[in-house]
Amino acid sequence: MNKKLFRIIALALTVMLVTPLLADKHGHESILDKVKNRGKVVCGVHGGLPGFGFLGEDGKWSGFDADFGRAIAAAVLGDPDKIEFVPLDAAERFTALQTGEIDVLIRNTTWTLSRDAELSTDFAPPTFYDGQGFMVPKSLNIKSIKELAGATIGVTGGSTTELNLADTMRSLGLDFKPLTYADIDTLYNSYDVGRVDAVTSDKSQLVARRKSLKNPDDHVILDATISKEPLGPLTIHGDNKWNDAVSWVVYATFFAEEHKITQKNVKNFKTDNPEIKRFLGESGEMGKKLGLPKDWAKQVIIAVGNYGEIFERNLTPIGLPRGINKPWTQGGLLYSMPFR
Amino acid sequence: MEDNTLTQEIKPPDTSKGPVRWLRDNLFSTWYNTILTCLGLVFLFLFFKGFLTWVFTQANWRVIPANLQILMIGPFPIEQVWRIGIVFCTLLTLLGLSAGIWRGIVLQMAIAIVGVCLLLLLIPLDVVKEAENTSATLEFNLNIFYLIFIKRIWLLGGLVLLVGTFFIGRKKDGLKKWIIGGWILSFPWTMIMLHGFGENTISTTNWGGLLLTLLLAAVGIVACFPLGVLLALGRRSQLPAIRWVSTVYIETIRGVPLITILFMGSLLLPIFMPGDFQLDTVIRAMVALTLFSSAYMAENVRGGLQAVPSGQVEAAQAVGLSYSKTMIFIVLPQAIRAVIPAIVGQSIALLKDTSLVFIIGLIELMGIRKSILGNQDWTGLHAEVSIFIAVIYFVFSYSMSIVSQEIEEDLGVGNN
Amino acid sequence: MQQDSANIPFWRDIRILKILFQVLFIIGIILLALFLYTNMLQGLDDQETELSWDFLFSEAGFDIEEGTYSDPSEEENDSDPSDENLKGFWIGIVNTLRESIEFDPSDTNLKAFWIGIVNTLRVSIVGIFCATIIGFLFGIARLSSNWLISRIAAVYVEIFRNTPLLLQILFWYPLILVLPNVRESINFFDSIFINQRGVFLPSAEPAEGFNTWMWYLLSGIILAILVVIGFAVFRYLSRSRELQQTDRPSFVSNLIFSAKWTAAPIILIVPFLAWFLTPDAPLELSRPELQKFNFVGGIDLTPEFTALLIGLTVYTSAFIAEVVRAGIQSVVKGQREAARSVGLKESQVLRLVVIPQAIQVIVPPLTSQYLNLAKNSSLGIFIAFPDLFQIGKIIIGQTGQSVPTFAMIMTCYLIVSLTTSAFMNWYNRRITRFDSSS
Repeated sequence: MNKKLFRIIALALTVMLVTPLLADKHGHESILDKVKNRGKVVCGVHGGLPGFGFLGEDGKWSGFDADFGRAIAAAVLGDPDKIEFVPLDAAERFTALQTGEIDVLIRNTTWTLSRDAELSTDFAPPTFYDGQGFMVPKSLNIKSIKELAGATIGVTGGSTTELNLADTMRSLGLDFKPLTYADIDTLYNSYDVGRVDAVTSDKSQLVARRKSLKNPDDHVILDATISKEPLGPLTIHGDNKWNDAVSWVVYATFFAEEHKITQKNVKNFKTDNPEIKRFLGESGEMGKKLGLPKDWAKQVIIAVGNYGEIFERNLTPIGLPRGINKPWTQGGLLYSMPFR
Repeated sequence: MEDNTLTQEIKPPDTSKGPVRWLRDNLFSTWYNTILTCLGLVFLFLFFKGFLTWVFTQANWRVIPANLQILMIGPFPIEQVWRIGIVFCTLLTLLGLSAGIWRGIVLQMAIAIVGVCLLLLLIPLDVVKEAENTSATLEFNLNIFYLIFIKRIWLLGGLVLLVGTFFIGRKKDGLKKWIIGGWILSFPWTMIMLHGFGENTISTTNWGGLLLTLLLAAVGIVACFPLGVLLALGRRSQLPAIRWVSTVYIETIRGVPLITILFMGSLLLPIFMPGDFQLDTVIRAMVALTLFSSAYMAENVRGGLQAVPSGQVEAAQAVGLSYSKTMIFIVLPQAIRAVIPAIVGQSIALLKDTSLVFIIGLIELMGIRKSILGNQDWTGLHAEVSIFIAVIYFVFSYSMSIVSQEIEEDLGVGNN
Repeated sequence: MQQDSANIPFWRDIRILKILFQVLFIIGIILLALFLYTNMLQGLDDQETELSWDFLFSEAGFDIEEGTYSDPSEEENDSDPSDENLKGFWIGIVNTLRESIEFDPSDTNLKAFWIGIVNTLRVSIVGIFCATIIGFLFGIARLSSNWLISRIAAVYVEIFRNTPLLLQILFWYPLILVLPNVRESINFFDSIFINQRGVFLPSAEPAEGFNTWMWYLLSGIILAILVVIGFAVFRYLSRSRELQQTDRPSFVSNLIFSAKWTAAPIILIVPFLAWFLTPDAPLELSRPELQKFNFVGGIDLTPEFTALLIGLTVYTSAFIAEVVRAGIQSVVKGQREAARSVGLKESQVLRLVVIPQAIQVIVPPLTSQYLNLAKNSSLGIFIAFPDLFQIGKIIIGQTGQSVPTFAMIMTCYLIVSLTTSAFMNWYNRRITRFDSSS
């Protein structure tokens, strides 16, 4: 009996001491190679955000963010369905990335200095330029944030939204009462019935949720934007190869829209433009340089279409206008780096 | 005075029966009972008026059939459902055999499960969904046929197996050892079947809905058992170091809410574990639930240990059994038998507690609720979805509590 | 014996083995702790956060709706001359107490945490109180001879016991919000307002005469204590002469007896007497007033508090009802029959025979229900109730100090749990002792 216990303790101690050594061994392989070996991408998404990430009725993850995940799978593995989605909570999304549980995080995450520097994460170009705003009932006749002094404002916890709200109100010297909900749906319901005077969130979310209020027309979203919210995919810090791949998948969708390459016409796209030829993999070695197949960009467009198509499929139905999320050629912020 | 009362004639008790008599006895026996009855009726009327009006006129129930698939299995690939079906049938076969052999408690459990299954078999939720999509009558009829008989083939097969094996079990007493072995193996078997291997691996992130809820509860209660027994023995150990460590563990875990443990699992575990240490969310939640419920299990088992007369231990020692043998063969069987109702109660609590894991991003029933409400087609229908989920939880935990009551009666607890 | 132990080699001596085993066990635990600790340092280093407690004393920067005491004159507090007049020992104490539960974004994180503790305790204590009453009612109702009532009670118990508390809370909260909005509040005498922002009650504010009044009050309490002790001593001495040694009640029970009969009236009467004796009114009413967004002033019970309270009360009361039912049923039938046969009335049977026995069965499971209620109050995060856990999470969000904050949250819950169970254990011992002696 005691001998056995000795052995067990000895074993436990050995395991404890050896685990960190073993853990260090498999460290510095690029996620890109891991993904290729594994045959699928693991992508962190939001568990329930209209238009961006939610579980469709058929059991498949849908939404804007999910489509970008599929685009990455198409580029790397040639098949948009070779992807696995992990729904994540706001608080633990970075941990999941750091521990390698997911390869890429596309969960409307704001690019900020501290996140870039501190959390050991790297950002790919933003896929959606959002901004935090306020929604108020029309009946309160509020035109600017200053008139919200003394108001009760609803917000969801665990995100930059909460911090931005506090910062803004403090800098304006306004008193307010925040109500921090852990459950988004409860938040909008309490706003709908008037428990909170205003609700603050990313404007995209406000627009999407306004549609589900009892009388959507009775609510306005204030013009003021209290923060810039560039939302984009994240990869782990220091894995440049993988970050490059993810970044250029995003650029590919921008590029395709700039040059009117769509899901339909991409297969037979005839062009003399050398840049587009490089993009389609007909010339040059763009894929090889990124460690991707030759026709990776073509695969992306076949799988999910260009940026405009992704937007129209997911975000137009919830009532989001393109706004600044237009190609730079049309006065927007989407600007693909040259394919050269 | 005394004489008077003694000689007073006593009428024979009124033995008349009938609804009027029943009403008088059970509803209007005294003036305050009459008032209570009236108040109760008014309350029931108001409640049902409000609730039923909402259910039948205001609620939008389409959200349930439309999302039934993800409510049940989450993002589990539909073409792989046979895995769940096989697991389901295996478990029901084992249950049927055990019910045949042991009867009693196991039989009660089997009957409860048959009830739940029949309920699921008969509720035509997915038929409603199809009915909306199809207009042609012939096609519609075919669809109903398809839905009832093809889509539920696993459910039906499971039921047939359960009933069939029950009769086999009744005849074959010699199967006991095999069945116990079967139950022990059923656990890894379930995991392997659901997870798959090699090419066809279905990762844990694809587990969702009711499937995940039940898995979490089952893993929590099964895995916490050995740990709980060890902790209970540790707390009653004569070695102070072990006693103290066990006590501190039990009291700490029991002293804090589950939600903090879940958050610790997701926020602090990565800090406390070496660099590349990796555990996916589902496993992490399972570990957290196990660690949490083992403390409660330990207290339950300790209660049972205290109920075992010390003479039993002394007798075992007198015949020369070692500590471990005394515990395994003499004390624990008696102790655990005495606390089975408490353990069932704990399982119910654990089942309900799994509703909290969605805060760490799992898509069990509550997580699916969040996701459905995040689908622009269904935003705002929180009451409908919540009530449906509440009904699912109710069906499972109520049938478990009925089983627990039966067991209590079998054991003669609370019977005077 | 001596020789025996000398012959046994030490590696087979059970006593030494026991010690050795424990030492190894402790070493194992210490190694595990060290392992976790070094990992934590490494992990924190990776996240570039430093383990320190300084964040507790830095400015919180967020506001908390619950538990903040809103004062309409807060803005002009500094220039208000009438406030200057209100000085004195007691007013100082009241202000300190009030400040301790007031919160402002410029306060420290530690203060915010304290507010969280206060909120958790508030909802738990009120919840325990309500759940006990409702639970007992339903427990007794379940055993009622009235069929309808016992059915309703059974359905209530089964529904609320068998569905997750989280779903229930998410169900109650929107229901409460169905109340009219702020501008259409239900109004009682212009002083009580009920709307979806909560229940607004007038509060008593200390006024001119408060200080004097409190002194009277204090002397009243001291007087009461003296009378109680005096009476108890008198009774103890006089009864000890009358009664046998064995029947003589202890001094403590005399004290309790006299407190029951003398203390309560004195404590009730003195404040009123003092009220008339004080020249200026000691308290004034502060009524809630409607401002731009909401009512200000008075006491505010927020819907979050109410919803959480209802959720916790209903859920726990269903369990308590079961506990009570089992307790009453555990009293052997013969006991009741015997009590009836010696001529006790039905109410006496309950009071003297059934309840004293049932209560012993009831108290231990009741304790664990109370503890569950306190722990379940952490579900308030889903409906924005700023309890200990919610505020801890906000602090983590703001400062990133997850390890120390979690340590604090856990410690607080542990203290609450251990104190409650210690108190209930004491109470349990008291009632069992009371039973065996009588």
